[in-house]
Amino acid sequence: MIALGVLLFMVIVTLLAPIYAHDIAHDNPFASNLQGRIKIGNHYRSVMQSNTQGLGLGVTPIGPTWHFSKYFLGADELGRDVFARILYGGRVTLLIGFSSGLICIAVATVLGMLAGYFGRATDWIISRALDIVWAFPIYLLAISLSVILVTSGLDLGIIHIGAGSLLLPILIIASVYVPYVARPVRGIVFSLKERDFIQAAIASGASDWHILRKEIWPNVAPSVIVFFPLMVALNILTESALSILGIGVQPPQASWGTIINDGLQLLYTRPWVAIAPGICIVIVCVALNILGDGVRDAFDPRAKLRGSI
Amino acid sequence: MLRFIAKRLASAVLVMFTISVLVFLIFFATPGVNPASRIAGRSASPAVLRQVAKEFGLNRPLPIRYALMMFHLFIKQDLTSYVNIGDKIIPQITAAAPITLSLIFGAVVIWLFVGISGGVIAAKNKGKFIDPLVMFFGIAAISIPVYWLGQMVLLVTQGGLHRSIFAWIPNGGYVSLTQSPWQWALHLLFPWLTLASLYAGIYARVLRGELINNMNEDYIRTARAKGLSERRILYRHALRCSLISIVSLFGLDVGVLVGGAALLTEVVFGLQGVGWLTYQGLQNLDLPLIMGCVMYGAFFVVLASAVVDVLYAYIDPRIRVVA
Amino acid sequence: MSLDDSSTNAVLSVRDLSVSFATRQGVVQAVDGLSFDVGAKEVLGIVGESGSGKSVAMYSILGLVRDANVSISGSVLFEGREILGLSDTEMQSVRGGEVGMIFQDPMTALTPVYTVGWQIVEQLRAHNDMTKKAAYERATELLAEVGIPNPKSRVSHYPHEFSGGMRQRVVIAMALSCNPKLLIADEPTTALDVTTQAQILDLMGRLQAAHGSSIVIITHDMGVIAEIAHRVVVMYAGRPAEIGPELDVVRSARHPYTWGLLGAVPRADVKTRRLVTIPGNAVSPLEVPTGCAFAPRCQYRMEICAERPPMRGAHGHLDACWLSDEQRLEIRSSATVRGES
Repeated sequence: MIALGVLLFMVIVTLLAPIYAHDIAHDNPFASNLQGRIKIGNHYRSVMQSNTQGLGLGVTPIGPTWHFSKYFLGADELGRDVFARILYGGRVTLLIGFSSGLICIAVATVLGMLAGYFGRATDWIISRALDIVWAFPIYLLAISLSVILVTSGLDLGIIHIGAGSLLLPILIIASVYVPYVARPVRGIVFSLKERDFIQAAIASGASDWHILRKEIWPNVAPSVIVFFPLMVALNILTESALSILGIGVQPPQASWGTIINDGLQLLYTRPWVAIAPGICIVIVCVALNILGDGVRDAFDPRAKLRGSI
Repeated sequence: MLRFIAKRLASAVLVMFTISVLVFLIFFATPGVNPASRIAGRSASPAVLRQVAKEFGLNRPLPIRYALMMFHLFIKQDLTSYVNIGDKIIPQITAAAPITLSLIFGAVVIWLFVGISGGVIAAKNKGKFIDPLVMFFGIAAISIPVYWLGQMVLLVTQGGLHRSIFAWIPNGGYVSLTQSPWQWALHLLFPWLTLASLYAGIYARVLRGELINNMNEDYIRTARAKGLSERRILYRHALRCSLISIVSLFGLDVGVLVGGAALLTEVVFGLQGVGWLTYQGLQNLDLPLIMGCVMYGAFFVVLASAVVDVLYAYIDPRIRVVA
Repeated sequence: MSLDDSSTNAVLSVRDLSVSFATRQGVVQAVDGLSFDVGAKEVLGIVGESGSGKSVAMYSILGLVRDANVSISGSVLFEGREILGLSDTEMQSVRGGEVGMIFQDPMTALTPVYTVGWQIVEQLRAHNDMTKKAAYERATELLAEVGIPNPKSRVSHYPHEFSGGMRQRVVIAMALSCNPKLLIADEPTTALDVTTQAQILDLMGRLQAAHGSSIVIITHDMGVIAEIAHRVVVMYAGRPAEIGPELDVVRSARHPYTWGLLGAVPRADVKTRRLVTIPGNAVSPLEVPTGCAFAPRCQYRMEICAERPPMRGAHGHLDACWLSDEQRLEIRSSATVRGES
């Protein structure tokens, strides 16, 4: 339950990002701010400060000021407010995580149910397709698709998706994990089909559509629901990996992954730029995993025997 | 049993073939993408573009293009990079393989040890404080992006504390085993720990679940009625049965890793293994290199999957009858 | 053998055994005041419906109840020695070494990844100082004794290579391997078909005579009792309803619940229109009445049944019922033949 609370907190906070940026910090986290100066207490300080250490060359962004309203976590190499960027980035990361999780599970459930229920040819085709996608090492598949599509967009007749669109990472990540969910769903539907109440429904002349909707789906739903938080966590991790590699979210948009990427240049001087988004990812994923476990235990009658976290 | 193996291998080959077709299609036939400029890389001259088009038969029908690519890759084995002109792909991959294997070897040892002990400890002490504690670490371990973790490790060991506590940790890079075993291990220590953390978390959680399930089985009750010690029951009966399900997980994980899935870890720590190579290919959009690495990786996953199926039949006596 | 005899010849002597579980819905009294003796070379049957507490009672005696919320009280003397308070380590030498146990479902009773021989050897070497070779030889002998053909080759086979009936024989062999004085069998034939059932019961009878061990057999089937037991304990809702020699209990049962159980046995020689069933459902362990537990379902209940009846009787045949002998006589003579003894 704590996990749910943490999760909601993160979601709400990130949704409030624009309010923070405009009303509290009064800066634009997406515009470079190389010349800016900010007021802390009674002093003015430059956002980009001259280096006094080492060779004394170049400039270093200001470090965390720990003042809530101004550059709370410091600035990145373009002078942008890291904290505000993290809030905005959170929206993107969470959006991608949840939507691709949702799409993945929706598609996987449909495919799994069709394959399991209709069997034979339908099953063969779907299962072979799943096998092939699954046989690809996940990262390699995601990376291959990303390299091609993200840098130049998708142009398929009526479907135009621009290179910078978020839809690309969402779809790629979702499709890569479809077999992961579809296989178990298919297994469940297989064993359900043998059960008496399904046989009875078939014998009484109910249409396939009716059976799928009224009899099969309610029995598949609990397992699918259990998958959801776990898939979101997995997708968030995949998105950050892709973004760190430069083939996930593209600028001008930011996600936690891209901010980490930005922060790597400053790792030894201004570590917080890279540390903070990472910590956010960890917190959200831990919360999702704990939530996932909790949901699974709630549905499983034998969980009493197993439950710990 | 032999028929089982033969069938398994046959389907493995089929999957490999399909993967190669898919890779080909992704790189050469994605609509709206120009293959020639893809192959030649971002900053190619028109002359190079023309040469590429000729060499890869880009004006010929798809199947022929596919055949040519496979020919270059597997038979003539002279697939060369178009970014680092003239560099042959296959030798690069074979040179990088031992590094990846070294990384995986150490990580495997660590994660098996930590993961299995963690799972056993948590299961043995089910309900007491240490159980959720271990499980929390397990969850945390699987929630950390590997690349970020590596960077954090570097930050700690190479950053401010480098001069004091962590002075003995080298700054990335690889020393081959034959050169100096001690340096080999030293350079790989933190990469091992970083890579192992994710898997240790997964294995601890899975094993705990399996152990607890198995401890409720009837045969455990029989074992108790036989007067065996709890310790023996846990290790010789419950654990032995739980490890079976870990085996298939393990096989697939190792397969994927050998194929280059550890790329993030390799890149962070500057280890020039197959994953690192793939990353270089991606950075430079060096498609022949990417193609080679993806095929290499897919091959190992498929192989591992087949090996695991066979091994499974060997370990679990019940499967042998069915197979 | 009356219950007040603290017979030191009794292999097992249980007095006032009570087992309860603390659950979220309240305290569940699974076993309430159970007392009985098992003599040397004797077969005692414990019979009752599911939920009557018969299995829980025997498991608690051996310390096989691993629930943290259980509390067990009473006294259990095994060969004169109190075993109820023993630590788990001390019980480990009793289990398997002096008391053998066989369970209901042979399909899941054996560890799937070890050969049958290995598992028997494991038990042998846990209680005896034997070399592996000697233990394997003994295991092979045991398999032969329980009627498994080709024991020499079968000893290195896995459990799944045996049929249900064969597996149960293996389990019996394993339980008898250390020559225990007492063998506890929890519904050993329930999961088997009728023919195999008869074979297993026959085997157990023969082995008991050969090894000289006593048997406690738990079952819900009066037919099994009639087949193999010397004495019977009838349990209902965790309490003993009737105890006595098998012939006495079967021929002249005293407790109405026993009447119901006996009426439920299909008999080939008596024409019946339907099998008698006991009206109502088994009482939920959370709602056991303070008086006689069976009263709500009993067609002969009286006002006094609101008080819990004591266990009383003579000549080793006891029952927990307020009905007097005269009342019983009346009931018996007015009953039409409907398959009741």
